[in-house]
Amino acid sequence: MIFSTAAEAVQNEKYKQPLIELLYQLADDDFILAYRGSEWLGLAPHIEEDVAFSSINQDTMGHASMFYQLLEDLNEGPVDCLAHARPANERLNAVLLEMVNGPGTYLIEPKYDWAFTVVRHYFYTVAKKVKIESLKNSSYEPLKHIALKINMELYYHLLHWKTWFKQLCLSNDDAKKRMIQAINTVIAEFDGVLSLGALANEMQEHQIIEGEDLLRQRWMNEMKNVFSEIEIPFPLKIEMKSGNGRLKEHTEDLTEALKTLSEVYRTDPAASW
Amino acid sequence: MKNKGLNIMVEKSKYDINVNRLYDQLQKVKDPEIDSVSILELGMVENVQYAKNHVLIELLPTFMGCPALDIIKNNIKQQLLTLDFINAVDVKFIYNPPWTSDRITEIGRQKLKEFGIAPPPIHFEETGEWRVNCPYCDSSYTTLDNIFGPTACRSILYCGSCKNPFEAMKPISTLM
Repeated sequence: MIFSTAAEAVQNEKYKQPLIELLYQLADDDFILAYRGSEWLGLAPHIEEDVAFSSINQDTMGHASMFYQLLEDLNEGPVDCLAHARPANERLNAVLLEMVNGPGTYLIEPKYDWAFTVVRHYFYTVAKKVKIESLKNSSYEPLKHIALKINMELYYHLLHWKTWFKQLCLSNDDAKKRMIQAINTVIAEFDGVLSLGALANEMQEHQIIEGEDLLRQRWMNEMKNVFSEIEIPFPLKIEMKSGNGRLKEHTEDLTEALKTLSEVYRTDPAASW
Repeated sequence: MKNKGLNIMVEKSKYDINVNRLYDQLQKVKDPEIDSVSILELGMVENVQYAKNHVLIELLPTFMGCPALDIIKNNIKQQLLTLDFINAVDVKFIYNPPWTSDRITEIGRQKLKEFGIAPPPIHFEETGEWRVNCPYCDSSYTTLDNIFGPTACRSILYCGSCKNPFEAMKPISTLM
């Protein structure tokens, strides 16, 4: 069954629950990763990357904002509040995406890990592309329209991260070693990104998005193609060692990030931006 | 003016004068970051509905994270409220159809060029390759320096002929 407006969706409780669940996952994923990306501003390897990465973060924050807008339309509360005021134990983002960029902080000795950043962003962007492609046929029409729009911007993000990923993997021994280490770190948490949480079956049943296994398989296929080009064996075991964000399990990294990013909002929640 | 997909619905009797005046005002709303090009020329205006002193404008955002959107929204309100037959303005962003770079009008493309920004390539190849000529000397001897530029919708290029760095609007297509 097709739902063309928020008003129609809110009347059907069985449809609304999995829809809202998915929107929180999509919004919270993009939101926290765009924040982690923005922490690289001024610290990226070179000036062109600083420009490109900032632009990608801006797009990604725009995508999060649209998903939060869809939630607001479904009576979940105002966008700013959804983005800034929800504590860590209400968030549905994957744990991988909240992890710090590396030792140090933005202000004090940021020894951020570029290999980790490239791998995390590349793997995530492939997974996001798989989901967005599926959402282009979603039964929830407002989501379907936004997916088509996001897809066009994602094209450039994917091109960017794939280029970095392949070039570093095919570079000198030091780069290759760091990339393999980063791949292992990311893969140890990546199942959290691929998971659609407790209502995955309902999402599929109502044709909001396709089945979790099918999406996972598509991601794997794309990964295996790329790994065959870089001549690194694809890791066998994909896990989520630090918790399942879809079940609201999180680390201290998220609490700290939310404290920092919502600082201005919390000083005056009623201010207009 | 050629403007793909633009629909105007108004009370018939007042059609000619008022529609022209609405148009004139919308033409004054420029892209805050490229002040020679209007939102009409960028193909951002999808619907204009007006009845009983109330006008609803439906706009297509170019990029979703574009910080200029709120400024554009306020500028539209400001411009339209100067009209004596309008006392309420609603501006809504919609996503269907999606904005694509082929919506920029011929005049819009010309004005971008005058501003020093190459218009987006008209044809988007399936391979993802695209070519733009230098907005200053029209040479095709150009190289892409950075797909991402100072704003979400622009890329940075370099002209090998006149040695000028320049920007181009990114091609955005549903083929992507």
